[in-house]
Amino acid sequence: MTTTDSITSAADVADAPSNGLEASRPEHITFTTTFRSYPAEGDTHGDLGLYRDGVVALYRDMLLQRRFEERAAQMYGKQKIGGFLHLYNGQEAISTGSAQALNMGLDTVITAYRDHGLALAVGMEPGECMAELFGRIDGCSQGKGGSMHFFSREKGMYGGHGIVGAHIPLATGIAFAHKYKRDGGICVCYLGDGAVWQGAFHEALNLAGLYKLPVIYVIENNQYAMGTSVERAAADVDLYKQSVSYAMPGSLVNGMDVFSVMRAMRDHADMARRNQPSVVEIRTYRYRGHSMSDPGKYRTREELEKNKDQDPILRLKAYLLREDLANESELAVVDRSVKREVLEAVDFAARSPQPPLEAIYDHVYTEEGFPFLQ
Amino acid sequence: MAKLQLREAIRAAMVEEMARDGDIFLMGEEVAEYNGAYKVSEGMQDLFGADRVIDTPISENGFAGLGLGAAMSGLRPIIEFMTWNFAFVAMDQIVNNAAKIRYMSGGQFSFPIVFRGPNGAAGQLAATHNSSVESVYSCFPGLKVISISNPDDAKGLLKSAIRDNDPVVFLESEFMYGMRGEVSDEEDYLIPIGKARIARDGDAVTIVGHNKSYWRAMEAAEMLEVDGYHAEVIDPRTIRPFDWDTVIRSVKKTNRLVIVDESNPFASVSSEIAFQIQSRCFDYLDAPVRRVTAKDTPAPYAKNLMTYYLPSAEDTYRACRDVMYLD
Repeated sequence: MTTTDSITSAADVADAPSNGLEASRPEHITFTTTFRSYPAEGDTHGDLGLYRDGVVALYRDMLLQRRFEERAAQMYGKQKIGGFLHLYNGQEAISTGSAQALNMGLDTVITAYRDHGLALAVGMEPGECMAELFGRIDGCSQGKGGSMHFFSREKGMYGGHGIVGAHIPLATGIAFAHKYKRDGGICVCYLGDGAVWQGAFHEALNLAGLYKLPVIYVIENNQYAMGTSVERAAADVDLYKQSVSYAMPGSLVNGMDVFSVMRAMRDHADMARRNQPSVVEIRTYRYRGHSMSDPGKYRTREELEKNKDQDPILRLKAYLLREDLANESELAVVDRSVKREVLEAVDFAARSPQPPLEAIYDHVYTEEGFPFLQ
Repeated sequence: MAKLQLREAIRAAMVEEMARDGDIFLMGEEVAEYNGAYKVSEGMQDLFGADRVIDTPISENGFAGLGLGAAMSGLRPIIEFMTWNFAFVAMDQIVNNAAKIRYMSGGQFSFPIVFRGPNGAAGQLAATHNSSVESVYSCFPGLKVISISNPDDAKGLLKSAIRDNDPVVFLESEFMYGMRGEVSDEEDYLIPIGKARIARDGDAVTIVGHNKSYWRAMEAAEMLEVDGYHAEVIDPRTIRPFDWDTVIRSVKKTNRLVIVDESNPFASVSSEIAFQIQSRCFDYLDAPVRRVTAKDTPAPYAKNLMTYYLPSAEDTYRACRDVMYLD
C-alpha cells in the first residue's frame, strides 16, 4: 500500500460544541487533518489487479500520446498547424493513470489547453485530433477549436479550455449535474499549477465543498506556469493543501509513476462517488516549452535532463522488462504500431478538407437562420 | 388579464417553466431562504425544494460557471444576479464560456441557460451600482440579450428565454419590479425572442427605447401628442438579435428616428441602431438620427446630478422636435 499519511498538519474541527459562539473559540478547536501521499513505486501491477496485457496497454497508451505530440511538433514546424501548440510530453502518466479510474461512458473529464494527452487517453481518435490541429472539417471540433479546444461529448471529454482557470467552475457544474440527475457519474477536472491562483479555482472548490459534489480537482503540477516556477507564484508551494479551506481531502502523488497515479485516482474516485469532492496534486514535469515559442530560459538543461531520467514511459518499459512481462522485441512491435497509428492520423488530417467558408456561421447558435449582421 | 407586478410576472414565468420541466433550477444569492433580494423568487423554495431553488455564497464567477457546466450536461439553469453590476466578475464565464464553447466544440455542447437580474440605473447608488450592460453582452456572438419594459413582455419573453437552447442575458430593472401591468392569461404565453413591439402608432417621428427608456419614449410621445404630432414608439425588447425590420419599416414611414438609451453613449446599443438605420434607410431620412443617452460619465451620487445624468422625457421630446425641425 502506498498510503503513508506522512504529511500532516492543517486544520479540522473536532469535538466542537454545537452551534453558537462557543464553537468558534480557539480552546474548542483541535487541529488534526491528514493528507495522503502516493510516492513512486508504492504499488506493483499485481497490487492494482493488473495482468500483463493491462500493463502493456498502459505503456502503449502513454507512448501514443508521446508520439502524437512529437509528430504534432514536427507538423507545427512544417506550418501545417497554426496558433498555439502546448505539448504534453512528460505528463502522460497522469492522463493514462487517471483514465483507469474512470467509468467510461458515464464519467466526465475537463481540462485546460494542454489537452491532447487526455483526449487520447479517454479514447478520442488520433485522426480526429490531428485533423483538428490541421484546422480541417474532420477535426474533433470541426476546425473551430484547434489545439486548445478538443471536445468529445461521446467520450465525456468536456474540453480543452484556453483561459487559465475558467474551466474549473464548469467542472463544478458538470459534477452538480451528475448529482442532480443521480446518474452515478463523477467529473475529473485537470488544471495546471498556475490555475490554482485564479479566483475561479477557489470559488469553484468552495461551491463543490459546500454542495458536496462528485468531483476530483487534479492539479497537474509541472513546476512552471509558463515561465514562472511554483516557488515564484505560490505563497505555499504545497498545492494539495488548498483542499483544507474547502473541507476536502487532499493528496500528493508522484506523477512520473503511472501506478501511483492509478492508485490515487481510484481512491479519490471512490470518494467522489460518495459525493466527497477532493484535491489531488500530481507532481510532474513537462519536457517541452510552455508552447512552441518558448525559449526555456527559466530552467537549466541539467534540470530538464534530470527530470527526463524519471520519464514515466521509460520507467514502465523498464518495469515490463524487469518483471518479465514483455521482452524488447514485443515492445518494439508496440512501438511500431503506435508509430503507424500516428502516421495514419497525419495522413487522415492532411486528406481532410478545409471547412467551407459558409461554415463560419455554423455552431454559433442552436437555431437555424440567426440574423447575423453582414 | 391579470394585473401583476413585474416581479410577479417574472416569478410566474419561472414557476410555470419549473413545474413543466424538472431540468430547470434557480440559483443565486439570496434566492431561496431570503426569498430574493428583490422578492422576485418569493416562495419558490417552498414550491420546488432546496434542490431546485438554491442559495449561493457571494461567488458570481463560481456560480455562473457552475450553471454553465450544468447546462453543458443538459440541465437548464436560471442564474440570478442580484444586479448585473455584480456580474462583471462573472464576465469571463459569460463571454468566454457561455458565448464561445458551442462554437469551439463544433456544436457538440450547447448552453440552455438564462442569466437574469436587474440592469441600469437604480437610484442614488453611485457609479458602480448603476451600470447598463446591454451593449457589453450584445457584442458577443453566441449570446442573446433581452431587455424588458413591462410585466407582460417579462413573462412571455422569460418563458421563451428559459426554453431557448442558447444562453440568454435577461435584463430587468430594480425601479420597475413593483410596476403593475396587465399580463396575458394565455396558458403557455410565449413571446418570440427577436421581435420588437410597436407600442404606439404614429407618422411624425419614430422613437426607439428599451427597458426604462421605453417609458421616457412613451412620455415624450404624449408631449408631442399635445403639440398635435403622432410619434411611433418601438420597444425592441430583444437587443440581440435586434428586430431591424420593424424599425426600418417605421423609419421609412416617419423619416425620422430618435433613440432613447440610458446607457453611456460610446459604442452603445444606440450607436449600433443609429449606424444600421443610416446605412439601410439613408434615402428615407429627413434628419440626422438623434439619440438621448446617459451622460458620458460614471453615474453620480448627488440627486440633482443623477437626474441630470439620465435621459429624460423632456430631452427626448426636444430631440423629436429637433428632427422634425419645429424649433
